[in-house]
Amino acid sequence: MSGEGSKAAVGSIAHVGIAAKYNFLNYFRARRFYVMLTIILIIAGLLTALVGYYRPPGFVDGGALGFYGAGWGSFASIVVVLSAAFFGGDAISGEFQNRTGYFLVPNPIRRSAIYVGKWLAALAASTIILGIFALAMLANGLFYFPGSIPWEFAESFAFAWLYLVAAMSLAFAFSSLFKNSSISVLMSVILLLFVFSVIDTVSSLVAGVEPWFSLTYGAGIVSNILSVPYPAAKTVTPLGPGGRFTVVSYNATVPEGLLILSVYIVVMAVLGLVLFERKEFTS
Amino acid sequence: MPPSIEAQQLTKRYGQFTALSGLDLNIHGTKCVGFLGPNGAGKTTTMKILTGLIRASKGTALINGVDVASDKKTALASCATLIETPEIYPSLTPKEALSMLCEIRGVPRQDRNKRIDDALARVKMSEWADKKVGGFSKGMKQRVNVASTLLSDPEVIILDEPSSGLDPRGMSEVRDIVMSLRDRLVFMSSHLLAEVTEVCQEVALIDHGKLLVYDTIENVTAKFSGGGGAVEVGFAGNVDEQLRARVSKLPGVTSTTKSNDRHLLLKYDTAVLTQDKLLESVAGLKAGAITFSQASGLEDAYLSLIKETL
Repeated sequence: MSGEGSKAAVGSIAHVGIAAKYNFLNYFRARRFYVMLTIILIIAGLLTALVGYYRPPGFVDGGALGFYGAGWGSFASIVVVLSAAFFGGDAISGEFQNRTGYFLVPNPIRRSAIYVGKWLAALAASTIILGIFALAMLANGLFYFPGSIPWEFAESFAFAWLYLVAAMSLAFAFSSLFKNSSISVLMSVILLLFVFSVIDTVSSLVAGVEPWFSLTYGAGIVSNILSVPYPAAKTVTPLGPGGRFTVVSYNATVPEGLLILSVYIVVMAVLGLVLFERKEFTS
Repeated sequence: MPPSIEAQQLTKRYGQFTALSGLDLNIHGTKCVGFLGPNGAGKTTTMKILTGLIRASKGTALINGVDVASDKKTALASCATLIETPEIYPSLTPKEALSMLCEIRGVPRQDRNKRIDDALARVKMSEWADKKVGGFSKGMKQRVNVASTLLSDPEVIILDEPSSGLDPRGMSEVRDIVMSLRDRLVFMSSHLLAEVTEVCQEVALIDHGKLLVYDTIENVTAKFSGGGGAVEVGFAGNVDEQLRARVSKLPGVTSTTKSNDRHLLLKYDTAVLTQDKLLESVAGLKAGAITFSQASGLEDAYLSLIKETL
């Protein structure tokens, strides 16, 4: 009766690959991929046009490193945040709200395999977007500074990708927390674009505490690595008559930044996975 | 070992609300079992626990002897499921969506295309095989969902209202498919008692999260339908009170209920009257009776059991 003999046991790693493959296919064909691509191309296009027309000194007078610092260094983080929110923000909550989880979950596959597979698919789609933006910046850089690609740009790209991994983990954790896709996407964007920045500012300026607990503080290494010299870890600037007030600003060193990003990657990935494992498909 | 589904003291609470209350149900062997109960009785909750979509607050759910909560992957290895009306990733085609399930379930690569083509042909979706699911109607999606249960030759099939969202033709086709699967263990919830009577051999009835009865349809009908027979008579014109009174006065008729404008449900005492005699009597009224069909005893049993627990 049963065709059990004709079926092979599938391991969890293979299941991760299957989930990643079909989710990537779904991402790649979905409208949101092309919306994201359009946003990136608009940003790159505007930068190209503005730099070409106005030739701002910040871009063209500081050498190749200055050019990449002003272009890539300023916008890579925005691309990372938008990609993470677009592809990761509703990756898990969508399984509940759109009821696609009812098709996939009641099968002989662990939830962890689905989670990791979806995470890899979202990361792959986001990496393509980040890669296209990097190529656009590189093309501009080579136009203005032919034959000169600073090594720091490669480092910055690697850090941006690591930031993308961390942001994706955070977006997935939020996606696992909520059942509503819009809320989870919105929360990811608000948190990554605004809340962390506010925390960084308040922590440094008001409390005078290094915001070592903030993801965006750690991600500062993406642009800092393109500055020569590398910004000081702590800067105290006197303000007011006689220097009565001081403004303290912090910059993560590369090892600090890497550590912060790594901790976020691990903690948020585990948190999201635990939440997804425990979440119930209730109507 | 025959396929099996077991619920042992299965309990599910949502805050103060108890959806399942110590449900015990043991189903063994190849057959089709209907799972009945009113809205909120706990049918879908039971099926969701059996398929790992939710966790039981207490108790154990086993498929083929394997605890779903502790080893869902093994428990569902030979179990196909259709819970509520799942959605498929909108950018995928039915072929791709079913291919994903084939891969997850370990169907050999060389068999996949044939199984997918066969499954789609059985639900009459072959011509849509390469179109994106995002543009499908609810009924078309449900056909693909039904196809998904046919892919991997499962021993156990759990179906939660499989006809939901389908047109009458689709419902009939799903009934035929389910009937063809009776060489496996099919556990199917439905609100359509006629459907259950037609395709299932056994029935489990729950209410308020508790099992009321689990037996063959014949036994349940005999025990709980209140005895006697029931037929539905269709008339050419509308059934008014005068006509209903005339039919009620026929010898052996114990009750009459207007099921719609042109149909009367008649219950009769089988000790006094046979069905053919009743037909003669009704025809003798010359009131325009044009159809005469046996009513489902399951409905009577269902109403009797549910009423008792209200």
